[in-house]
Amino acid sequence: MPRAGRIREKLRWSNLYTFSCLRPNVLEDGPHSLQGPGFSRIVYCNQPRVHQKKPLNYPSNYISTTKYNIITFLPKAIFEQFRRVANMYFLMAAILSLTPVAPFSAVSMIAPLAFVVGLSMAKEALEDWRRFMQDMKVNSRKVSIHKGDGIFGYKPWQKIRVGDVVRVEKDQFFTADLLLLSSSYDDGICYVETMNLDGETNLKIKRSLEVTLPLVDDLAFKNFTAKIRCEDPNPNLYTFVGNLEYDHQVYAIDPSQILLRDSKLRNTSYVYGVVIFTGPDSKVMQNSTKSPSKRSTIERKMDYIIYFLFTLLVLISLISSIGFAVKTKFEMPDWWYLQPQNTTNLYDPTKPALSGIFHLVTALILYGYLIPISLYVSIEVVKVLQATFINQDLHMYDEETGNPAQARTSNLNEELGQVDTILSDKTGTLTCNQMDFFKCSIAGVSYGMGSSEVEIAAAKKMAFDISEHNSEMSSVPMHNIKARGLMENSRSNFGVSEIELETVITSKDEKDQKPMIKGFSFEDSRLMGGNWSKEPNADAILLFFRILALCHTAIPEPNEETGSFNYEAESPDEGAFLVAAREFGFEFYRRTQTSVFIRERYSSSGHPIEREFKVLNLLDFSSKRKRMSVIVQDEDGQILLLCKGADSIIFDRLSKDGRIYEESTSRHLNEYGETGLRTLALAYRKLKESEYSVWNSEFIKAKTTIGADRDAMLEQVSDMMEKDLILVGATAVEDKLQKGVPQCIDKLAQAGLKIWVLTGDKMETAINIGFACSLLRQCMKQICITTMNTDLLAQDAKKALLVFLITDQAVKENILMQLINGLQMIKLEKDPHAAFALVIDGKTLSYALEEDLKHQFLSLAVNCASVICCRVSPKQKALVTRLVKEGTGKTTLAIGDGANDVGMIQEADIGIGISGVEGMQAVMASDFSIAQFRFLERLLVVHGHWCYKRIAQMICYFFYKNIAFGLTLFYFEAYTGFSGQSVYDDWYMLLFNVILTSLPVISLGVFEQDVSSEVCLQFPALYQQGPRNVFFDWYRIFGWMANGLYSSLIVFFLNLNIFYDQAFRAGGQTADMAAVGATMFTCIIWAVNCQIALTMSHFTWIQHLFVWGSICTWYLFLLLYGLSSPIISGNSFQILVEALAPAPIYWSVTLLVAVACNLPYLAHLSFQRSFNPMDHHVIQEIKYYKKDTEDQHMWTRERSKARQKTKIGFTARVDAKIRQLKGKLQKKYSSLSVQTIIPPS
Amino acid sequence: MNPKGASSSGTDGATDSSAPRRNSKKPKYSRFTQQELPACKPILTPGWVITTFIFIGIVFIPIGLASLFASERVVEIVDRYDKHCVPTNYSKSMLAYIQSGETNKTCTRSLIVPKHMKSPVYVYYQLDNFYQNHRRYVKSRSDKQLRSKASEKDTSSCSPEGTISNGSAIVPCGLIAWSLFNDTYGFSVKNKVLDVSKKNIAWKSDQDHKFGSDVYPKNFQSGSLIGGAKLNASIPLSEQVDLIVWMRTAALPTFRKLYGKIEVDLEANEKITVVIQNNYNTYSFGGKKKLVLSTTSWIGGKNDFLGIAYLTVGGLCLFLAICFILVYVIKPRWEILPEICLQPTDDDSVTALLPQKWPLLYYSTTAENLGEKKDGLVLSREISGRSIEID
Repeated sequence: MPRAGRIREKLRWSNLYTFSCLRPNVLEDGPHSLQGPGFSRIVYCNQPRVHQKKPLNYPSNYISTTKYNIITFLPKAIFEQFRRVANMYFLMAAILSLTPVAPFSAVSMIAPLAFVVGLSMAKEALEDWRRFMQDMKVNSRKVSIHKGDGIFGYKPWQKIRVGDVVRVEKDQFFTADLLLLSSSYDDGICYVETMNLDGETNLKIKRSLEVTLPLVDDLAFKNFTAKIRCEDPNPNLYTFVGNLEYDHQVYAIDPSQILLRDSKLRNTSYVYGVVIFTGPDSKVMQNSTKSPSKRSTIERKMDYIIYFLFTLLVLISLISSIGFAVKTKFEMPDWWYLQPQNTTNLYDPTKPALSGIFHLVTALILYGYLIPISLYVSIEVVKVLQATFINQDLHMYDEETGNPAQARTSNLNEELGQVDTILSDKTGTLTCNQMDFFKCSIAGVSYGMGSSEVEIAAAKKMAFDISEHNSEMSSVPMHNIKARGLMENSRSNFGVSEIELETVITSKDEKDQKPMIKGFSFEDSRLMGGNWSKEPNADAILLFFRILALCHTAIPEPNEETGSFNYEAESPDEGAFLVAAREFGFEFYRRTQTSVFIRERYSSSGHPIEREFKVLNLLDFSSKRKRMSVIVQDEDGQILLLCKGADSIIFDRLSKDGRIYEESTSRHLNEYGETGLRTLALAYRKLKESEYSVWNSEFIKAKTTIGADRDAMLEQVSDMMEKDLILVGATAVEDKLQKGVPQCIDKLAQAGLKIWVLTGDKMETAINIGFACSLLRQCMKQICITTMNTDLLAQDAKKALLVFLITDQAVKENILMQLINGLQMIKLEKDPHAAFALVIDGKTLSYALEEDLKHQFLSLAVNCASVICCRVSPKQKALVTRLVKEGTGKTTLAIGDGANDVGMIQEADIGIGISGVEGMQAVMASDFSIAQFRFLERLLVVHGHWCYKRIAQMICYFFYKNIAFGLTLFYFEAYTGFSGQSVYDDWYMLLFNVILTSLPVISLGVFEQDVSSEVCLQFPALYQQGPRNVFFDWYRIFGWMANGLYSSLIVFFLNLNIFYDQAFRAGGQTADMAAVGATMFTCIIWAVNCQIALTMSHFTWIQHLFVWGSICTWYLFLLLYGLSSPIISGNSFQILVEALAPAPIYWSVTLLVAVACNLPYLAHLSFQRSFNPMDHHVIQEIKYYKKDTEDQHMWTRERSKARQKTKIGFTARVDAKIRQLKGKLQKKYSSLSVQTIIPPS
Repeated sequence: MNPKGASSSGTDGATDSSAPRRNSKKPKYSRFTQQELPACKPILTPGWVITTFIFIGIVFIPIGLASLFASERVVEIVDRYDKHCVPTNYSKSMLAYIQSGETNKTCTRSLIVPKHMKSPVYVYYQLDNFYQNHRRYVKSRSDKQLRSKASEKDTSSCSPEGTISNGSAIVPCGLIAWSLFNDTYGFSVKNKVLDVSKKNIAWKSDQDHKFGSDVYPKNFQSGSLIGGAKLNASIPLSEQVDLIVWMRTAALPTFRKLYGKIEVDLEANEKITVVIQNNYNTYSFGGKKKLVLSTTSWIGGKNDFLGIAYLTVGGLCLFLAICFILVYVIKPRWEILPEICLQPTDDDSVTALLPQKWPLLYYSTTAENLGEKKDGLVLSREISGRSIEID
């Protein structure tokens, strides 16, 4: 037996929970009646083999998140590949190339296709393999399992079967969905952390059935048999219906006996359980959806372009085959040199229709160059390289956890640059799930000097902005003395922020000197080290500390290393209080059934005094009551009720003379709340013995009541006691944000992104975090949509014995009303700076997501600057994500860390997992993983922006070059009687896409940077180019296509006219097809490579090498090809050396065409830069002229201008504050100017 | 049983196990992976734009002029003879005339030399509406067969002119060779015969490498259908220059092919008498036949288009350059820039009170140095000469 377990054996935890200490009689409710479909599952406990066979045939505990397996990989992956229309086309072309209709050789069609498809499939296989390895890691985790005869042994998770009895130890994950049989505690309770399921951080209590309590050791399971009948696997996390048949009796099982897979055993040394649902049947897996193959917006749009090009392809093929048929029928009989009387079907003038149809196929293949086969493979290559850059980015490497950022699928890189809405989880993503005691207000005095991260950031911003404004002000020629006075005035207003700054800086200093204590980051020498006794309100402070030390349900556990105690508390807040009390000198060190022991140190020198407080009653915390109280009796016999709870609740319950500090405390509470601290108010009440005993008998009566009214009665009785309180003070606990979260959110807000927080946590917590991240601020209008007020309605309805349906309807109508009111409010708002925040809870959300309400909900939500959804289930997270995605049609990004976020991560266009925390489910399901939320800024603003632009430009260029090349083939057809002959050698065409133009475009896709990463971060507004899709809108795409069309016309007709019939050399030779073809091809190579050089704005040696290297490669190829045997090169034999290179016209045509092709683009570009510059143009130029270093003012002005109209983030908060100050200033200014204008009479 | 043994999956365990991996996972720094390679970032600034356009203009216009000048110097005589060389009684049935073996195909034309033509004067025949680039035509040849005697039987690509009826191969096979041009020209000036040299009218590489010196015509034009010219079976293919020229298929349906060279100068206003053997059938498809005499320059034959194109592009560039210059004179760059760019904030209520243009005063605070001095204590701000220290 582990040591901790033994210590606690003496202590019956359940006694601490007054409301749950008396078990409701199970038999009274009776077993559930399980009939009908959906309740067919039967589990024979301890007989796992039964379930493998028919008729039960339950799956094993093996889980798989892979897309393919060995058998399905080939067909499925090939299917995936040929779902791409272009690949399908090339497959057809490759098959047809085996027949004589093909204009090219078969190899030149099949080889590139095989290469392209093979490469993509290899990538898929690799990614799936990684997933498989991850699954294997989970599947091979070991768990202790009953092997028969009371012997337990370890087995991997995947071997677990339904009906197995397993023993799960502290801090282990549950293997499968289990029925709790017994735990290390006598009364069969255990604590469970469900963070992975719902994101909630507080521990949940699970309780075994009374009948299974005796099964406390391994041997007890030797002859254990029981039968469970229960519901079929379903994704509902919070319900369970089943019966346990044990010892010829039937007992009802409810959710409180079910331990769900992926939740974790805490504070309990071990539990025994029977497996009910395994692997895919478990609730958490039921909640997960198959990881969908996601495609980026650009890629989907690219499909449309491909369709368009197909249409074009079919169109010109039709034109050319009709032309061919006509020519064949009417003219070919006269072309004796073709021997028209001796033809095959391909050229039969007597069957023009048939020949035309054959020709159509030929033409479809011939003009296939319109559709870039290498596009997909180039994009794959580019994306893989981009992903490598993301993986390798040192700025996104987390030193603490040692995790770099990881692009798990490279499909979505460019989607990162187009995100419109971010849906974020809270716990583990925004916050570290660590509470620090931070500030307190005692007897109307605020203690604690620290500043939260957001405050620090805001204060800095404030100081900066003010200085900026001041300098603007000060630049007013100071002839107006009044203005100077104004300045002084304003400075005194701004004094607030200077004080803030001061606190920031001092606190930073001290932090460095002192070792950090987990849960405690309070700094104020007035209270520390026993100094509090010198404060004027020492007795109130004493009481305050006692409340902290007494009013809780935690258990101390000695820490051998430090000699002090660790506390196992139900919630991290409580732990923080106890740590704080310890640090203040009130160390809680022991708890018995009836008493709490505290070691008090009044001053640093004084000896500790040990005190015992008898705990008479404990009125525990619930989300409904929002308070907890304990009734204690101190050593003097004084009975005290100590209470802590939400401020609103406590303030309502104060006695008349308990309100002395109410005003100042509530002011402090507001301040704390504004900075995102979690606040609780503390109060007490002195009780007389008689008063207490009267109440206590009532309370016992209520406790022992059986039946439905018990809870209500208990609540009522507690209510009677918790009144006439005397306020002592308030605490502020910092829900520690992850590093850099406020700054990141601020930047993201400036980048124009909307941020939604979806959390499983309580509404209060969520709102606190909203404040802490500056998603909410004080002057923001909060629209809270809840069913709180409808609860009453529901109760009334219940009393009136109305059917449930009606209340449901009423609730819905109520919500609709709230939604409409909210919308009205927004519509009527006149102030342009007004910002709205929507807060909604999970229960309400379940209605709001229904078909008839969801549009109202969405339109309200998109009008709000920030949206916070609390208490949402994983499924709801996914539903909200889907609603946003489909409702707004914009790109959504979901970020989360736990299994409860998997749904939304998969549903969103981009899913991001936070790695480095326990549980890999989120990362496994994600498309990208980062170690910290703050890396999101760089991932989106830098990598996303770059990738988006790169891919967009790359695709546009691809279409441009293929149109420019492909159409020349078509024009030439018109001069060959549409016979399907191409002017170029087969080899040129093969090389065009594969070698001669692919590397420059890949280098564009991999290395292009419009502005450097620092500038991206300084101008988050640049990011908006992505969501607005500036670089891949139809205007731009068709612009590029038109450019391609123009280039093709220039290339073809200039060459045509110059080589029409004249000799092209001084030697009198005329150009044959090979010479014309090679010259035209040279022109194209120059034109498209110069074009890409114009498109690029960032040349490293790689780009230079690829662009100019491609051109050189062409000449090199032509040279080598000419040197090869004439059997291979045919008419191109020695073409460069002998025919072309000595001809000046060859070079002059190249120059002419290359310039003429690029002239319009150059002119367009220059025009755009001069008259209608885009954001990045401006920034580039500022950088180019070194304006940023020479002219600071300009730079900062640009930067502040670039700020979006952000409504969230601390910048917005500061802006709002400055606006407030300015408003005051302006008033004064106008009043002053009025005074100056009116001459004193 | 030791439950602790296997249950080290807590947070401590996780950090412990990640510790040794830490270094291996950390990306290695290189300028490449961090995308920090040194790069030049050319920007199309007004200066560059104007310079580029002017430069292109300056380069292109002289080239254009030079081309035009060269083209002007080329003297060219073009004579279409297909119609004239058919006797008037056959003008209704030109096809019958050309296909008949009995008719006299000789025809005499006289040409006037417009200008002095410096030798060499190239003689071309030009065919119109002749699809030498038709796929069926282009493919109908066998390079292997032309090259060596050993591959004589390699006629699979030559259909329908691969073999004669008994199955033995035709050399040279294929439609291209079969339809070899067979008009001939004889020139004389003042009753003096002008020699037409056939030397170097074919590419040297063709003669040396593509047409074998051991390959002799065989079974050529011996089938029932006679196409064009017959070949002297005693001359190897490498010496059959007319065939070699013909085998270089033209890119367009209108094409010239070199017939020969006249290696003497022709004086202006001289009268050249040409005796044409009008054998080749272009009448069935309405093709024209032209005889061309032309000198060349460095750009080849008469080619005004090149010069015009160069001048056009160059002129356009100069025009654009002038446009841009004008624009920048009227509206200098940095004045128009900041107003246009980026979304203006509506956050200017203070500045709105102030006059529009401000002298830009120096001040030291930027966001960067505020950000960097996180733990530094002094944040100094200069406000109208007074510095405030916050610490």
